[in-house]
Amino acid sequence: MAKAASAISKNANAFGEWVDKRLPVSHFWKEHISEYYAPKNFNIMYYFGSLALLVLVNQIVTGIFLTMHYKPDAALAFGSVEYIMRDVEWGWLIRYMHSTGASAFFIVVYLHMFRALMYGSYQKPRELVWILGVLIYLTLMAEAFMGYVLPWGQMSYWGAQVIVSLFGAIPYVGDALVEWIRGDYYIADATLNRFFALHVIALPLALLALVVLHLAALHEVGSNNPDGIDIKSNKDEAGIPRDGIPFHPYYTVKDIFGVGIFLLLFAFVLFYAPTGGGYFLEKDNFAIADPLVTPEHIVPVWYFTPYYAILRAVPDKLMGVVLMGAAIFVLFLMPWLDRSKVRSIRYKGLGSKILLTVFAIGFIRLGMLGMAEGTPAETIESRVWTVIYFAFFALMPVVTSLENTRPVPERVTT
Amino acid sequence: MKTLKLLSAALAALLFSLDVSAAGGGDYDHAPINIRDTASLQRGATMFVNYCMGCHSVKYMRWGRLGEDLALSDEEVEEFLIKGDQTVNDRMLSSMPYEQSAEWFGKAPPDLSLTARARTADWVYTYLRGYYLTDQGWNNTVLANPAMPHVLWELQGIQRPITAEVTDANGQTRTVVESLELVEPGLMTPEEYDATITDITAFMAYIAEPAALDRLAMGPWVLLFLTIFTFLAWLLYKEYWKDVKK
Repeated sequence: MAKAASAISKNANAFGEWVDKRLPVSHFWKEHISEYYAPKNFNIMYYFGSLALLVLVNQIVTGIFLTMHYKPDAALAFGSVEYIMRDVEWGWLIRYMHSTGASAFFIVVYLHMFRALMYGSYQKPRELVWILGVLIYLTLMAEAFMGYVLPWGQMSYWGAQVIVSLFGAIPYVGDALVEWIRGDYYIADATLNRFFALHVIALPLALLALVVLHLAALHEVGSNNPDGIDIKSNKDEAGIPRDGIPFHPYYTVKDIFGVGIFLLLFAFVLFYAPTGGGYFLEKDNFAIADPLVTPEHIVPVWYFTPYYAILRAVPDKLMGVVLMGAAIFVLFLMPWLDRSKVRSIRYKGLGSKILLTVFAIGFIRLGMLGMAEGTPAETIESRVWTVIYFAFFALMPVVTSLENTRPVPERVTT
Repeated sequence: MKTLKLLSAALAALLFSLDVSAAGGGDYDHAPINIRDTASLQRGATMFVNYCMGCHSVKYMRWGRLGEDLALSDEEVEEFLIKGDQTVNDRMLSSMPYEQSAEWFGKAPPDLSLTARARTADWVYTYLRGYYLTDQGWNNTVLANPAMPHVLWELQGIQRPITAEVTDANGQTRTVVESLELVEPGLMTPEEYDATITDITAFMAYIAEPAALDRLAMGPWVLLFLTIFTFLAWLLYKEYWKDVKK
């Protein structure tokens, strides 16, 4: 038996060498997996990158199966989703995996971004990792928005109506632009059809390309860590960082454990609360789109609501749109707004700690206000938090260059 | 591990708060339904077919699927539930002609496939118990001036509104219905009527999401599998990381 096995492995090795001479498979595996040295002190905040990748795969695979049964036609779309939910074998599971996955995507991406803010993962030399990440976030928002239109429920329709009309605030070209986006004089079949094309082909392609670039840039400069220490500056005789461990097997096994915890939470929502308490699937969206009946209360899905609150906080439509856009685009400037000598929040001063904490609370609070009905008191509170949102970015250069930082240790702490 | 505990506590708190806010939506009475109670669904189906389907369709639902989920054979479905010449392979359509019904009622009776999801089960439960009679005819506490008359009035009896004058913030005085009083008993006692409405509401919640029965049946097994998987993954992680942690 042993002899036979070795003959097989001999042949397998020979085949591997044959391939390697023609395609750098094992080179790629070593460079990016088995000999990619990651800092050994990753904490719980470092699970969300690999989880985002898992959710992306989930969205693509379930999306392919949904596409097989979905009809991108204003007269048929709503019924085809119900057909998937009732008549397609396992259709309900695939649809709930996709709809719950959309919210899960934003949860892990927001935590992943917050991790970067905590540990200064956007600072030199990781500016491009961060910028590509923000581009992924932008693309993801477009992807999620267009996906939400496809079931053609009341919220799909009226959400699309509200968001597309925002482009109408642009001077001179606004109206023409809105008409061009919709492909009709109102949100209609043409709009649904093109959103479908963008949702299933154009934007997923862009997302995948950006994810590859995000990882390529990350692996070029190496991963940051909770201490913000550059592990490459302390290498052993073999040229391996003393505080680094190979991604495989150490982080692959660790991330599989993280996947298990994530899937437990994901499955709990999927099987026991697939509408996420009305936040993941809004109840109005179980009524078919009706251009003649405006829902009482139009709000976007939870992951857009912080920006929606900023939009509503401004009395002027154009200024609101500009401010909402600025709230997202200011993220691109992070690497240059942070002037601190240290990366991690652990060694930054009290000022930075207060800034980040207030910013995080404000972002959540804006999200809650964006879901609310918009009473005068809520509008005033939204304005306060909008100012605080921008103050985080405006004060950052001042606070980070003036505050006292604590000394950063030589080696990573655990 | 301390951060992990904190994070899971925060997530649990979040899920709990979602649940509370979902249950507390609007001023509706809580519908005490259990969609896994097959007998309740069967009773609800009988009532629904007799009292609702004269006018309302359930176009996304097939009779055969109903039979499978409610533990009824095809023959039983055809004998007890289907009125008219439909078979178990057909969708649950009312025999009332759609175009004419719009003329008769001013508005075609809506399809009820997803009503319990679009409006919530609590809404349906409160609505069906909220009819009252005034000098102008039937009205409802949940849906003012409904196109539908009180179809179940013989069972419930007649409720009259107890009203009060309320002055709002703008100084306008309005008459609001504070509560309802049963002035003429029906064929059922109030308790029997509430139990019947519970069955109808449970049935409507079921037809709004038949997959709920599948997911509730599957959920525990998936969670059990994932618990074992996660435990083994944790052991593997600890084993590998012995080298790193020393």
